[in-house]
Amino acid sequence: MTLVEKIELYSLTLLKGAGFTIGITVITFCVAVALGLLFGAIKAFNAKRELSSLLSFTDAVLYLSGRLLVLLINVYVEVFRGLPALAVLFILYFGLAYAGLQLGSFAAAVLGLGLIGGAMLTEVFRAGFGSIHQGQREAALAVGMTPLDALRHIILPQTWRITLPPLANYAIGLLKDTAIVSAIAAPEIMFFARNLVTRTFDTEIIYLLVAVIYFCLSFPLARLADRFEARARAGVR
Amino acid sequence: MIEFLTVYAENWASWWPQIRAAIWVTLGLTGFAYVLAMVVGMLIALGRMSRSALLRGLCKGYVEFMRGVPTLVILFLIYFGLPSFGIVFDAFWAGVIGLGLSMGGYIAEVFRSGLQAIHYGQREAALAVGMTPVQAFRYVTLPLAFRIILPPMLNMLILLLKDSSLAALITAPELMLTAKDLASSTFLPMHLYLLVGVLYLALTLPMSFVARHIEARMRLGAAR
Amino acid sequence: MSEPLLKVENLHKSFGSLDVLKGIDLELGRGEKIALIGPSGCGKSTCLRCVNYLETPNRGHIYLDGELFGEKKVGDRHVHMSEKELARQRATIGMVFQGFYLWPHLTVRDNVAIAQIKVNGMARSEAYDLAGEVLRKVHMEHKSDEYPERLSGGQQQRVAIARALAQRPKLLLFDEPTSALDPELVGEVLNTIHELANEGRSMMLVTHEIAFAREVADRVIFMDDGGIAEQGPAKEVIDSPVNKRLKSFLGQMLERH
Repeated sequence: MTLVEKIELYSLTLLKGAGFTIGITVITFCVAVALGLLFGAIKAFNAKRELSSLLSFTDAVLYLSGRLLVLLINVYVEVFRGLPALAVLFILYFGLAYAGLQLGSFAAAVLGLGLIGGAMLTEVFRAGFGSIHQGQREAALAVGMTPLDALRHIILPQTWRITLPPLANYAIGLLKDTAIVSAIAAPEIMFFARNLVTRTFDTEIIYLLVAVIYFCLSFPLARLADRFEARARAGVR
Repeated sequence: MIEFLTVYAENWASWWPQIRAAIWVTLGLTGFAYVLAMVVGMLIALGRMSRSALLRGLCKGYVEFMRGVPTLVILFLIYFGLPSFGIVFDAFWAGVIGLGLSMGGYIAEVFRSGLQAIHYGQREAALAVGMTPVQAFRYVTLPLAFRIILPPMLNMLILLLKDSSLAALITAPELMLTAKDLASSTFLPMHLYLLVGVLYLALTLPMSFVARHIEARMRLGAAR
Repeated sequence: MSEPLLKVENLHKSFGSLDVLKGIDLELGRGEKIALIGPSGCGKSTCLRCVNYLETPNRGHIYLDGELFGEKKVGDRHVHMSEKELARQRATIGMVFQGFYLWPHLTVRDNVAIAQIKVNGMARSEAYDLAGEVLRKVHMEHKSDEYPERLSGGQQQRVAIARALAQRPKLLLFDEPTSALDPELVGEVLNTIHELANEGRSMMLVTHEIAFAREVADRVIFMDDGGIAEQGPAKEVIDSPVNKRLKSFLGQMLERH
């Protein structure tokens, strides 16, 4: 086989892997955003609740359970930001199997990376919500919006603008992090690459191709992130 | 729960020597890679501010490449790919070089944004009060840049420590690989992966605490 | 005399151990304009914010148009309204904040119209017509397509006033509307408020602009230490104060100008 033929042949296999990589990235991204949005909102809005506005027993219970929730979220964030992704994946995939719960490699990959991403995005969304002045919300209440209306029409639209750059950067990091799920035998580019290598021993060609494919996948995302960042810097719009 | 913990008590004596050695490998990987990343990062950052368009483009390309390609792929290229060209590193040094080169791209951006964040006027003000350009750099630009880059540099160190676990996949005998070996010989994966998890947290949490503390103090300083 | 538009009854509010309002009673008639004045920290802003339940009072009740506000009666007990019911009531009171709080992601027109579209289910075209009408009233119609950040503080505040007017409010609340403005921009906002006052609207105004309060308000209430220390017709209270604290307060305010 000539070099060109090899490249052509290997690319086809690796691109199949790229399809899986994109799939894992998209699903994990959604999981992470859902977790981050939920926990970030809980953290941001509990931070603004003041002890002084407690009027009744129910208020006190709400306040304390909110504090507890925030504490739990903080522990979750610290733990998953401090652990290497590989350790999380091994615990979920090999560890849980030992404990009698056998997750599929795909499920373990999405869950593990999703939990790590959720911890990161919790802080991103908390900062996003926190950056919006309390007066914005009060003005919305004053014109007759419910707190939910205010969240939907006033706070969330502004939060997106602030959180888009870190979200895009997170997507790039996630795309790259999916490379390690081959270590728990989840199918994606690296997994296909390692199989190819053991069959053909064309190590350098295959991993260079892998690098090129990852670069081609992440490059558009990187441009997008730069655009968001430039827009966020230029102003609120 | 008690049962779960007694397993640690029973096996500790046989595990600990290997784990302890692995911790040193992890710290060594992280430390050497960090130094390499700083050197690479400084060179790239300076290159990106150079007058030569070619050099600027090359350095930008380096940053973009490292931003777009997984660290694991870099490690595989160095450890498995380079031997085809007759260049052979053992797993540890392949890990150091791969992690350092990959992180270098990020650190270059940290350096660059740190230097750019300093307003031109602050240097001018230093010159206006009679400092020489060298003094202005020494007493104004450098301390200001240092304050700006310290927190992200600490965060990079944490990232690097976590990423050093990737070296397990090129058989560097660090924490993750040691845990994996022990797990497969003892059939106690949950115990061992939780143990290394706790060890990683014991290393990363204090660092992130310090990073946040410094960040908060600087924000106060900036507000004042 | 007919039933007052607003009735505040024995209003108490504390933040932690700090008692900010210690039993406020006041009534505001239809078309009446009341100015609340007093040293900072006297509770005048808190009082205003309690009127539309942005702050929940610890004790006491608010009645608007004879109806209990922010609470409902279940048997003999007063219970808080649901957020939805509260929102519907708040929609009948317009509020203008010291910090404007226009929403930066919306154009001037949308800032004014969004509540009508999303809360009252008004058709977009109708809401935009209404927005045009109230923006004309504050002389800001020409900036309808701008974003708030492009406007001066005074212009932003006038848009905020238009936003409140679009609610067709029974009552307008102004919380130090000129305190965040550069001195040269205060005039345009005061003029706008003055024009609204001349239309016979019911207003409650917290302000440090004593001369303006004297001119525009029917009644002035001087608050001190969480209570009402003196009240009466605006010119009377300001020109010949009785309360010692009010005298020294007015003296300080005049000195400053």
